[in-house]
Amino acid sequence: MQESMSPPSTARTGVWVGIAAITMSFAAYSSAMVIRQGPVPAWQHFRLPNVLYLNTLLLVISSATLELARRRIGGPFDRLGRVDLARGDAMQRRMRWLYVTLGLGIVFLAGQYLAWTQLASQGVFLATSPSSSFFFVLTAVHALHLIGGLGALTYALRSLRGDDGPRPVNVLGAAALYWHFMAVLWVYLFVILALWV
Amino acid sequence: MSASITEHAPAQAHHHAAPQGWIRKYVFSLDHKVIGKQYLGLGLIAVCTGMALSWVMRYHLAWPDKAVPLLGLIAPRFAAGGIITPEFYLQVMTMHGTIMVFFVLTTAPFAGFGNFILPIQVGAEDMAFPRFNMMSFWVTFVAFGVLIAAFFVPDGPALSGWTAYAPLSAVGKASGPGEGTGQTLWALSIAIFCVGQLLGSLNFIATTLDLRTKGMTLMRMPYATWAWFITAIIALIAFSVLLPACVLLILDRVAGTSFFIPAGLVVSDALQPHSGGSPLLWQHLFWFFGHPEVYIAIVPSFGIVSTILPVVCRKPHLGPRVLIACMLAIAGLSYMVWGHHMFLSGMSPTSATLFSVPTLIITIPSAIVTLLWLGTVYGAKLRLTTAALFCLAFISVFVTGGLSGFFLSQPSIDTYLHGTYFVVGHFHFVMGVAAMFGIFAGTYYWFPKIFGRMMNETLGKWHFALTFLGVYATFMPMHWLGLTGNVRRYSSFPSDYMHGSLPLHRFITFSALFLGGAQLIFLVNLIWSRFRGPIAPANPWEATTLEWITTSPPPFDNFGGVHPVVYHGPNELGVAGPRGDYVMQTDPPAAAAAV
Repeated sequence: MQESMSPPSTARTGVWVGIAAITMSFAAYSSAMVIRQGPVPAWQHFRLPNVLYLNTLLLVISSATLELARRRIGGPFDRLGRVDLARGDAMQRRMRWLYVTLGLGIVFLAGQYLAWTQLASQGVFLATSPSSSFFFVLTAVHALHLIGGLGALTYALRSLRGDDGPRPVNVLGAAALYWHFMAVLWVYLFVILALWV
Repeated sequence: MSASITEHAPAQAHHHAAPQGWIRKYVFSLDHKVIGKQYLGLGLIAVCTGMALSWVMRYHLAWPDKAVPLLGLIAPRFAAGGIITPEFYLQVMTMHGTIMVFFVLTTAPFAGFGNFILPIQVGAEDMAFPRFNMMSFWVTFVAFGVLIAAFFVPDGPALSGWTAYAPLSAVGKASGPGEGTGQTLWALSIAIFCVGQLLGSLNFIATTLDLRTKGMTLMRMPYATWAWFITAIIALIAFSVLLPACVLLILDRVAGTSFFIPAGLVVSDALQPHSGGSPLLWQHLFWFFGHPEVYIAIVPSFGIVSTILPVVCRKPHLGPRVLIACMLAIAGLSYMVWGHHMFLSGMSPTSATLFSVPTLIITIPSAIVTLLWLGTVYGAKLRLTTAALFCLAFISVFVTGGLSGFFLSQPSIDTYLHGTYFVVGHFHFVMGVAAMFGIFAGTYYWFPKIFGRMMNETLGKWHFALTFLGVYATFMPMHWLGLTGNVRRYSSFPSDYMHGSLPLHRFITFSALFLGGAQLIFLVNLIWSRFRGPIAPANPWEATTLEWITTSPPPFDNFGGVHPVVYHGPNELGVAGPRGDYVMQTDPPAAAAAV
């Protein structure tokens, strides 16, 4: 029986469930921020560092480059569902966009760090005001999740190198789903931070 | 192994080979069965600790002026000579509540039994993500260690209760002994615990969705698996909110932020250097988790009872689809009622009504489920095993605890009862004892599968009878205490209007000690049966679900290299089958029809 030639991607299901959990968790953080911001006189607005606009752009682009990578790596398959190396580019060339994505992710994190140091040099720290507390917490928690995403992409990269079956493609698909979610989540956070802090 | 298992191509190859060596096999194991046993073991250690702490409280409440025996030796730093201070009473109370709610009521029925049984009941070889599963247990274990470590820091554990209300929990040492390092350890422990349970829930959901064997449609899933699946969804959402709450609390404590601390707060005559925080925000975040937590504790027991009752009644469960729909409805409604814990927080009467109405509505699916159980039992030739007795007792305490919930769900009545022992009686019945009875039922029912030996039924029945008596004698009088206005969280009532309640407090204390003593029978039975119990056959209860087609205990890959094919639902009882009055889920349709 060959019914299970393309096994259900538990990795993908896992990522969807993880997305649900992370969404809930950021819903909690951001609703806490909205509630705090309302009646509090101590809420001090401050200007977001400009580098955040560049970071946002980079992360959105990284999502696009990952999609390019995924499409090149994801097909074509041979009859048994394995990546057909004879057809299409050599694997190493096809994975180029994946490296670009990883690079952009690291540059984004460096950019976030730069934003924090810029704020710190202006005397805006975690405990300075309620608005700065939320800024640092939201960006730091997002960065932690993004580091998880970098780990997932690296894991996918390693499995693509070591295994030419359908499994690594599934892993890459799941990691890509997570990465896109990180980009969407960041855009949401950036908007609410720009509006409220 | 039953001949009726038909082999088919695996949906997913086994993730990992059988482990070699003691450490990989029994300590850092990837096997869901070992992880399930580890969770149950952790639950057992935690419940003994929590129960011992409750005795300290009960002894002090009954004899406020007397030294608690042995306590001066065990905890000389906190209770010199065995004398309990009000602060130490609150520390013991906090640890009792935290240990019981998180490390017993969440770990044992959900993570413990769920881990062992769920993959087998859906016909899988393991959980979807075995590494996450192993991490889930060890992270939870670390969380327990961090919590217990609070007993060994200079000021001892936190004293702000298992709900850790801010700003008491947020301002640090100023608010009392234990509010320094002890409270930080509490928040850290719960944050770590959230991570462990999120990893576990992720596994439960992915395994149920993706790793069901051929023929195991959602509607053919056993009710226990349904219950764990629904609980995992509740837990995923609830712990995703508690984790951020704990992170913010920790930052308030160690990083000087003011998420939960208002401006101008004076604690112990010192002005706190914080401003702009909202103590109510903690209550909202906490109870958004806290109320669903009640269902994380109780829904697995719904599943356990619904799995055992048809087997001991030898007839199908009444209204299986309605049962599942009700469990889903309860899960959904559990997120709309958190404000009923906050009626006294100064919320507007309109908000209180908005939280009161869904609280009353949630009683409808709960009542329907209860009627389905009673309908299943009605007219049955009951096989009165110990597991069956605990199922019936579960229904009893669930109804008793549920009825007092009617009163508390109404803001006007709750205003009077909220701070009293009425609430203590209520939640011990509906959440604590009901879930414990589910755990006992599950233990007596699945012990043969888990350890390959039968438990002693005579000891089991004694354990049941004494526990049932002890539970009602301990928690029922608390309702009366509450109605007379006896406030909770007080360490003693020596010379005020509550002095008259001392005789009843003493009765409750005697009952609690009696109840605890009865659990020794259970412990003896567990240990004796584990090593000396009669060898268990594959299917001692003549049940229909997949865990009973494999050997007791199951082999490493659960079904000995073959993959079961499912043809029936779990409800084929009281029918003519190839082996008697039941058809197992894997019995081919032809064999079943031939009878």
